[in-house]
Amino acid sequence: MEKITKIDIITRPEKLEELKEAMNAIDVTGMTVTQVYGCGLQKGYKEIYRGKEVAVNLLPKVKIEIVVCEVPVEKVLETATRVCRTGQVGDGKIFIYPLENAVRIRTGESGPDAIKDPKDVPMSKKK
Amino acid sequence: MKKFWSIIGLCFLLLAVLAPIALAADDAKPAAPPPKIDAGDTAWILTSSALVMLMTPGLALFYGGMVRTKNALATIMQSFFIVGLISVQWVLWGYTLAFGADVNGIIGSLEFLGLSGVGMEPNSPTSTVPHLAFMIFQAMFAVITPALITGAFAERMRFPAFVAFTLIWATVVYDPVAHMVWGGGWLAQLGVLDFAGGTVVHILSGVSGLMVALVLGKRKGFGSEVMLPHHLPMTVIGASLLWFGWFGFNAGSALAANGLAANAFVTTNTAAAAATVSWVFAEWLHHGKPTVLGAASGCVAGLVAVTPAAGFVAPMPSVIIGLVAGVVCYLAVSVLKTKLGYDDSLDAFGVHGIGGTWGALATGLFASKAINDAGADGLFYGNAGLVTTQLIGIAASWAIALIGTYLILKILGMFMQLRATPEQEAQGLDITEHGERGYAYQDFLAGSPIAHAEAFALQQATGATKISLNS
Repeated sequence: MEKITKIDIITRPEKLEELKEAMNAIDVTGMTVTQVYGCGLQKGYKEIYRGKEVAVNLLPKVKIEIVVCEVPVEKVLETATRVCRTGQVGDGKIFIYPLENAVRIRTGESGPDAIKDPKDVPMSKKK
Repeated sequence: MKKFWSIIGLCFLLLAVLAPIALAADDAKPAAPPPKIDAGDTAWILTSSALVMLMTPGLALFYGGMVRTKNALATIMQSFFIVGLISVQWVLWGYTLAFGADVNGIIGSLEFLGLSGVGMEPNSPTSTVPHLAFMIFQAMFAVITPALITGAFAERMRFPAFVAFTLIWATVVYDPVAHMVWGGGWLAQLGVLDFAGGTVVHILSGVSGLMVALVLGKRKGFGSEVMLPHHLPMTVIGASLLWFGWFGFNAGSALAANGLAANAFVTTNTAAAAATVSWVFAEWLHHGKPTVLGAASGCVAGLVAVTPAAGFVAPMPSVIIGLVAGVVCYLAVSVLKTKLGYDDSLDAFGVHGIGGTWGALATGLFASKAINDAGADGLFYGNAGLVTTQLIGIAASWAIALIGTYLILKILGMFMQLRATPEQEAQGLDITEHGERGYAYQDFLAGSPIAHAEAFALQQATGATKISLNS
């Protein structure tokens, strides 16, 4: 069985649109996006309410989950890193996991077939 | 079923008590010769009553925006429900306790019980508006005063306890003090000046709020958890409605459409504006940011402070009253509250207690007979005695508010649980007290995420009725 890989990209919310376009361009057509909060090297900031300072160190980020099979993992990593990098702390992290299996619920296909573009649905993005 | 019969029984009891009053009202003859009603004055008082009415829903938004997502509805409900509760209390027995014939300078007689004898004619030879118009204008003041207290105990008081407390407080604290200051009681005879309610409304509510906050204790997680306002735009809308309604509150207190009303209108706007500026600058210098919550709080602080003075001082002193109010109230909520460590959730005491006290004192400093010959000259117009009189008024209202509120809470606490349980506080009062939620989503930072299943399990565990979400 071909290897299935899951890639989690946690990055700045303002990079989402650009990243989505870049992923589409390298034929990654599926993704799951979540709004998340996290902390790391970027220490957060202060908010002030009626003269009381509140330290906010959980910052809003966006998490993009991608599962690939045909598209090389290296290509996804290279593209995501290039798009999301600003050089400042807070650019985020990418995590890579091997996946045991996947199922396409509509058809019941499993394994790589569940990840690859389906034969029976016309893909509008394909050139 | 037992509950059903007790409600029916209560209804009959009320009917039996009120029937003679209702019938008596029909027999009441207008006093002869009838004083003349002024159309302009009546129009202005009725308009002002509507303006003041809008302040309480405005306050609901002002407070509602400052609590966490999970308590937004519960906080809005407290103010909104009071419009209903106290409006009814006022026409049944509140008005007569405050404005009935004087009994020993403490309280009004029962002559107007159930509005008996309160009709379309003016109440006194000097009045130019229908007695009913005066009554409903005062009703709106009685409504907003207990609503102001809710800011102090927001996010932790049970709804049944809140209803009982509000009803008793309005009857034994607000009504007598309103009588003492406005209804011809001992403070009025002493010469205490309170144009629109610095002592009666703001000191009473703010200081009582402090006492409720102390008796109930701090919110769960106060000082360790982050408790942020969940919707500041809502708070700004609320502050704007308060500012708007306050023109009726202060200018309407002239009880006529005349020059004094115009003076009160101008001093009100000027003080609110000055306090908005001074609070924002104080916070800016102290913490480096001019905050929106500061601007909204500042305008309310200015409005509070000018309330007792509006119809006794000239526009220039109102600039000073506002500027000082912004800074003093800012220091009260940012420094004093932190130092003393009490949990006045939404600063009812810091803004209304402190602002009202400064306003009552400022009236003693800046009042002038040139503005209102029914008033008196203050310290800066050569009469130091008025400051003493005002201090007596301040001390009396502080004492009544502190002692009255403490006793009500202690006695009420013997019969019912005042404070929400830690589980209820964690889930939020919207779901646990009202079975609703203000928002279909929950925000990690402003509230806490609630799973439907978890909330449901809690309802089951506490034996409460099922929550009705999308059912």
